[in-house]
Amino acid sequence: MEPILVAKNLSKKYGKVVALESANLELYPGEVLGVIGDNGAGKSTLIKVLCGAVTPDSGEILLDGKTVTFTSPIEARTLGIETVYQNLALSPALSITDNMFLGREIRQKGFMGKFLKFLDKKAMEDEARKRLSELGLLTIQNINQLVETLSGGQRQGVAVARATSFGTKVVIMDEPTAALGVKESRRVLELIGEVRARGIPIILISHNMPHVFEVADRIHVHRLGTRLCVIDPKKYEMSDAVAFMTGAKEAPKS
Amino acid sequence: MNKISDDISKDLKDQPKFSSDIGEVDQEHHTFDIGEQSNLKKIQHFLHGNPTIVPVIILVLSVIGFGFLAGGKFFSAFNLSLIVQQVTIVGILAAAQTLIILTAGIDLSVAAMMVLASVFMGKLSVEMGIPTLPAIVVGLVSGVATGAFNGLLVTRLKLPPFIVTLGTWNIFFALVIFFTGSQSIRSSDIEIQAPLLHFWGERINLGGFVFTYGAFLMIGIFIFLWFLLNKTAWGRHVYAIGDDKEAAELSGIRTDRMLVSIYAVAGLVIAIGAWVSIGRVGSVSPTSFYEGNLDSITAVVIGGTSLFGGRGTIIGSLFGALIVGVFSSGLSIAGLDVLWQRFALGCLIIIAVGIDQWIRKVSN
Repeated sequence: MEPILVAKNLSKKYGKVVALESANLELYPGEVLGVIGDNGAGKSTLIKVLCGAVTPDSGEILLDGKTVTFTSPIEARTLGIETVYQNLALSPALSITDNMFLGREIRQKGFMGKFLKFLDKKAMEDEARKRLSELGLLTIQNINQLVETLSGGQRQGVAVARATSFGTKVVIMDEPTAALGVKESRRVLELIGEVRARGIPIILISHNMPHVFEVADRIHVHRLGTRLCVIDPKKYEMSDAVAFMTGAKEAPKS
Repeated sequence: MNKISDDISKDLKDQPKFSSDIGEVDQEHHTFDIGEQSNLKKIQHFLHGNPTIVPVIILVLSVIGFGFLAGGKFFSAFNLSLIVQQVTIVGILAAAQTLIILTAGIDLSVAAMMVLASVFMGKLSVEMGIPTLPAIVVGLVSGVATGAFNGLLVTRLKLPPFIVTLGTWNIFFALVIFFTGSQSIRSSDIEIQAPLLHFWGERINLGGFVFTYGAFLMIGIFIFLWFLLNKTAWGRHVYAIGDDKEAAELSGIRTDRMLVSIYAVAGLVIAIGAWVSIGRVGSVSPTSFYEGNLDSITAVVIGGTSLFGGRGTIIGSLFGALIVGVFSSGLSIAGLDVLWQRFALGCLIIIAVGIDQWIRKVSN
């Protein structure tokens, strides 16, 4: 099977600090790839490069086998790489619908939409409701509720629904459970399962080992600016992963 | 180093691998008891969802209050319509100011921009003999240009809007003095050379209520901006930028371009206000509307728009302007000194911002 997203020999230096040194990454269709690494291992730089926030000094990114370049998260997004940021990038004072369609609004048909630029609120509400129920999030009753009235997990749900709604090829999730309680974390992990079930592969960055081990199909261990190894969570224990991450144990050759 | 990670490894070995293995966890502390909300909390939530309610209540109460205080004179059709006439210019400036404040900015140069636009209109048509309509168009263009200039400084130089507009306020004011040589353009000259400039000052009498065309235009501007803000993507983006600029950027909104366009639209509204102001005052005076900046901010703030951006309604600013008008009219009819009008206005501003802060606490 061909990987959908490939990063080849990515390098990035900040002054004298080497954040990435010929780092590689492969994401296969329909999988959840966990990315773990110690603080300062360069995993957040890796993710920023993949989502378009940072431009690498060298190396290339292939999406569906084609080389792609982007200089901003917006460009990455138009290519189909969506990111759910740790801070979610939602506007709290706007409604769920407004947030889901922010920057991608649906206009009314005909004169009203074309020349007066009127929004088709009903179409957006219907679509938003559909997306949320597909992800099993219809506990949110009112689609026009302001996002600030939602709980942390529900906000995550809105951000995920937004990220998976527009012809998305890849979703990157950055620490999705970091700010959540136990129950809400469970819900978000289920949500990751739902997204995978719909055939959208996910790159999951997390410090939470139990969460990564629970949902990831493969785990990419990042160390000293490059990929150390990729492990199968069923064959290794969490303690092994931590040992690889910190260099306490020799990484397996794959 | 290895010692530490060995320890971590040992610790982790004893932990359950999947959080489902942990079993049922006590969830009590994760839930909120909504049933126990106090009445005050309910009011807070209600106001949070309906930010225009506060200015409406203040407006109604102040009209009733001044009705008692100042008697029938206050309630006369003439006086009520006079209030509307008097707030026309500040109202239009407040409409423009609302757009800027919704983006978490502030515009101290609105009045100077307006006077500059009116100087272009008056100068060109009265003193240089250019037909009135093109002169008005030049004035409108100057409004868009000065607004966009503010927007460019805010986005390109990344300076706070307060500083940018503090600077351009002085620059625009200096330009006004430069172009006019501190001379006013007389009302009588305008009447002969370019009567079209007085158009919005024409009055119509509706059963005792006397309205200027300008008052209707002001209301038209508010309705237009309401549609723009609530029914178009552009309007939603204004709120998104004020709410959280970074989030808006990550959502794919080109925030810099949006901001320049917002300042430019505000500039256009202000330039329309310039035309209306010539009709209202009669003449074009380089030193008029010196307090227009702060008056417009006052109206917006009393109208319930948050100075921190992203929250508020355009209609609230109309009510805000009317409240200011009702206060000054009511207090002067009641025979109070001008100083007490200012005193009351000051209290009103502080109360309005205090209420806004309290309402905003809901989301935390």
